[in-house]
Amino acid sequence: MTIEANHETQAPVELVTLTIDDVSVSVPKGTLVIRAAEVVGIEIPRFCDHPLLEPVGACRQCLVDIPDAGNGRGFPKPQASCTIEAAPGMVVRTHLTSDVAATAQRGNMEFLLVNHPLDCPVCDKGGECPLQNQAMSHGRGESRFHETKRTFAKPVPVSAQVLLDRERCVLCARCTRFSEQVAGDPFIALVERGAQQQVGIGPSSDGAEGAPFHSYFSGNTIQICPVGALTSADYRFRSRPFDLVSVPSVAEHDACGAAIRVDHRRGAVMRRLAGDDPEVNEEWISDKDRFAFTWSRQDDRLRTPLVRDENGDLQPTSWPGALAVAGRLLESVRGSVGVLPGGRLTLEDAHAWSAFARVALGTNDVDFRSRATGPEEADFLASHVAGSGLGVTYDQLARARRVVLVALEPEDEAATIFLRLRKAVRAAKTQVVTIASHLSRGSEKLGATLVPAVPGQEVAALAGLELGAGDVVLVGERAALVPGLLSALATLGAGVRLAWVPRRAGDRAAVEAGLLPNLLPGARPVAVAEARADLAAAWGVAGVPGVRGRDLATIVDDAADHAVLGLLVGGVEIADLPDPARARAALAAAPVVISLEVRRSEVTEHADVVLPVAPPVEKSGTFVTWEGRRRGFATALHEPGSVTDTRVLAGIAEEMGRPLTFRTPADALVDHDSIGRWDGAAAGGPSAAPTAPAGPPAGHVVISTWRQLIDDGRGQEGQAEYSATARPAVARASAATWSSLGVPETGTVVLGGSATFSVVVDDLPDGVVWVPGNNGVNLRELGIGHGSVTTATTGAESTHE
Amino acid sequence: MSIKGNLWDPVAGFGVTFRTMFKKVVTEQYPFEKVPTAPRFHGRHQLNRWPDGLEKCIGCELCAWACPADAIYVEGASNVDVLPDGSPDESGRFSPGERYGRVYQINYLRCILCGLCIEACPTRALTMTNEYELADDSREALIYEKSDLLAPLLPGMTEPPHAMMISDDHQDYYRGKQLPIVEADE
Ligand code: SF4
Ligand code: SF4
Ligand code: SF4
Ligand code: FES
Repeated sequence: MTIEANHETQAPVELVTLTIDDVSVSVPKGTLVIRAAEVVGIEIPRFCDHPLLEPVGACRQCLVDIPDAGNGRGFPKPQASCTIEAAPGMVVRTHLTSDVAATAQRGNMEFLLVNHPLDCPVCDKGGECPLQNQAMSHGRGESRFHETKRTFAKPVPVSAQVLLDRERCVLCARCTRFSEQVAGDPFIALVERGAQQQVGIGPSSDGAEGAPFHSYFSGNTIQICPVGALTSADYRFRSRPFDLVSVPSVAEHDACGAAIRVDHRRGAVMRRLAGDDPEVNEEWISDKDRFAFTWSRQDDRLRTPLVRDENGDLQPTSWPGALAVAGRLLESVRGSVGVLPGGRLTLEDAHAWSAFARVALGTNDVDFRSRATGPEEADFLASHVAGSGLGVTYDQLARARRVVLVALEPEDEAATIFLRLRKAVRAAKTQVVTIASHLSRGSEKLGATLVPAVPGQEVAALAGLELGAGDVVLVGERAALVPGLLSALATLGAGVRLAWVPRRAGDRAAVEAGLLPNLLPGARPVAVAEARADLAAAWGVAGVPGVRGRDLATIVDDAADHAVLGLLVGGVEIADLPDPARARAALAAAPVVISLEVRRSEVTEHADVVLPVAPPVEKSGTFVTWEGRRRGFATALHEPGSVTDTRVLAGIAEEMGRPLTFRTPADALVDHDSIGRWDGAAAGGPSAAPTAPAGPPAGHVVISTWRQLIDDGRGQEGQAEYSATARPAVARASAATWSSLGVPETGTVVLGGSATFSVVVDDLPDGVVWVPGNNGVNLRELGIGHGSVTTATTGAESTHE
Repeated sequence: MSIKGNLWDPVAGFGVTFRTMFKKVVTEQYPFEKVPTAPRFHGRHQLNRWPDGLEKCIGCELCAWACPADAIYVEGASNVDVLPDGSPDESGRFSPGERYGRVYQINYLRCILCGLCIEACPTRALTMTNEYELADDSREALIYEKSDLLAPLLPGMTEPPHAMMISDDHQDYYRGKQLPIVEADE
């Protein structure tokens, strides 16, 4: 048997042939014996070995006998198969054919169990524990140890969400190797020696002992710990593996499409684990993808349709009744409805929203962006993102010569990209350059070269980079706020590959479905008559509207000014919109507001009809990742009352007498694919000039900001332990900036008149202050975004430190 | 069959009837008279307590796992040693150690009284009584909750939640340590 050359190493691989338990096997040079044995179906017991971590040989469970190391001489003693590379002519005997190996493994198991507590009945790993399983398959069965076992105080929290039970640890160093090698947060380490050796909280970056294990990826250590030494505070004592129904799914918190496994019991999700997808997230996910799953079962979850009665109160109504009212109201203001579907839709639902806007409402006033944006973005998305298919992939990122991050912080905004880049950087394959206000902790872990840029002036920094073939540019959604930046990126030289990395899971699908004022499904420009005719024919309607629609800001403005009479709103968080106050005015002013949402929100208070839709866990669908990869997922929880956006919109369209060509998500996807990609000329790209630099006026600063991975977003509610691991909300600026503002370096700063942050001195350009977007205070409420100029005054003395 | 045989058969049959009339009656007059079961009869389950009243069940679900009829439902939870307001009252403790069974149900419409669950129980929390009157007129009534299954409080036991009274080390419970003897006040 032979392992094929995998596609990452396109060059023919050099094979070595060895014999394992009398079976001859050829494997690529450098393969470990334990892995070569897997190829022929021989499973050697193991604890510390993990294919994605560097070999360490810590647990000694994988001992095999090697009578011939390939040079005619054997090893005198059993060897750890997870640290020995296959050699030509090597002869290996595992426990299956060698008493030496079997005895060694049994002996080692006995040593591991000497100090292991009899905790299985109270241990969360019980039932899925490699130590339990391998003690049964390779252990002695009866204990000969009658002395007193070593004990430790238990459990000790290494962070709010990871609990450590040192008695159970087998010192395999998987957790510490993961933290150091994969996540780059070496906060835990093996400390002490001998029988007292244990996992401990290591020194923090500033050298202080005992810093809690703060890492955005800490949950992975719980999953890879081969015993129940690391357990999840959230999942503690919740259930047993045989209680759980596991469904493979896709994480809904970012545009990375990480594979996850949803484990549920009696109609409630108990936990989520990382799935295994070598093309996307390998075996790792962020803590957000792992722990933030309770948001859809909070008390404010909507379960029945609501219709506002004469007294202005929302009354529960039947589905047919609510759809009829929604249809009647929308028909009454048809031609003057703005559509805001939000950025969390599956491709199927996005397509339904797009068809509903064009066919049922006859409008292009539709914009999926529920965030601050700029004038160039819609054209950039139409010309450079829509219909571009599978562009830059994770695999290509890992092999790129240089990756340039523009207005993107992968650790916070696209965690899977961060891990893949870090792996490539550690393999010395890729160099990362970041255009940002400062070197964030995430960028530091990527060994990134900083090209410092005052927010708003990134274009100049980009121009100085001399991009060429082999370079990959990843641009984040904040780039839309920088005048001229997307225009500059749209005209990069040949050979430079560009990918747009949005933050929300549905953004890319929304672009493909044409949820923009200038774009129809399949990258059809609104401005091109043939593209419109093509689409109208596919949908069997006389025509689709041909004028460029209003964008988010215009819809909101016009609704507040009574120029737009109806609003059809999806899962939009008002506080995230560019101007929340104006958006509230618009909702209050619009005579017709129809809302499709999972949980009560600010929109509910203004809605005439509220139609509850299913969260991702209760529906099936397809997310589209930033790469353009489709990530289908199946329904995890079958809730009879949960309906998709597609079903609701198709129902309203029928009530309006303008039916869509599909009713179910599956048919919506078929419709989307049969319409296909427009083969005519793509839409023109943006062309805007950067603004000339101007320093902020006295007492003002330029804000650099993004949302941290763990913040106050509504998608992360209901997980106290998880939220407790958020990074503290601090404001960063250079010492010169703080002193020119008169803010003491141990004090606090008040931004925009009301948002108070503790002060940290960091290496930022003068006059620039970085603050997190939504930790403690949502900056959008103050009208502050990336590149805003705002006031900064000194606040009360810091209570921190 | 001969004619003689046909005539003789009823006589032989009535002979048996006649003889039985003079034997001791074995019919049990249940439900008017109850006869004790065999001592190891598999009857309704019981969740036992430690001598201080704490529950022995640790919510491990091994009984549910062992049950061939899928009749047992268990949810574990953490023993809370401090009250929500932070006072060290230990009043959230139901069993020694870290974990207890928060929800415990046995569905007697499913249970076949095989006893595999009590063999699986690592703490001897679950045993069977000789109680066999398990009939009722609704499905809910035959799902026994933890409150229906818990053993009654014997003298010296205190209703949980309360702190560990036998020892601060939960291992001592398993080693069979007894309640400290407290001298009665004069
Ligand atoms: S780690 Fe495994 S063997 Fe150890 S107590 Fe937990 S379940 Fe049992
Ligand atoms: S805590 Fe778990 S993963 Fe870490 S060294 Fe111990 S056994 Fe290994
Ligand atoms: S009764 Fe016994 S086996 Fe069942 S959950 Fe309780 S301790 Fe575990
Ligand atoms: S698996 Fe080989 S030493 Fe641990």
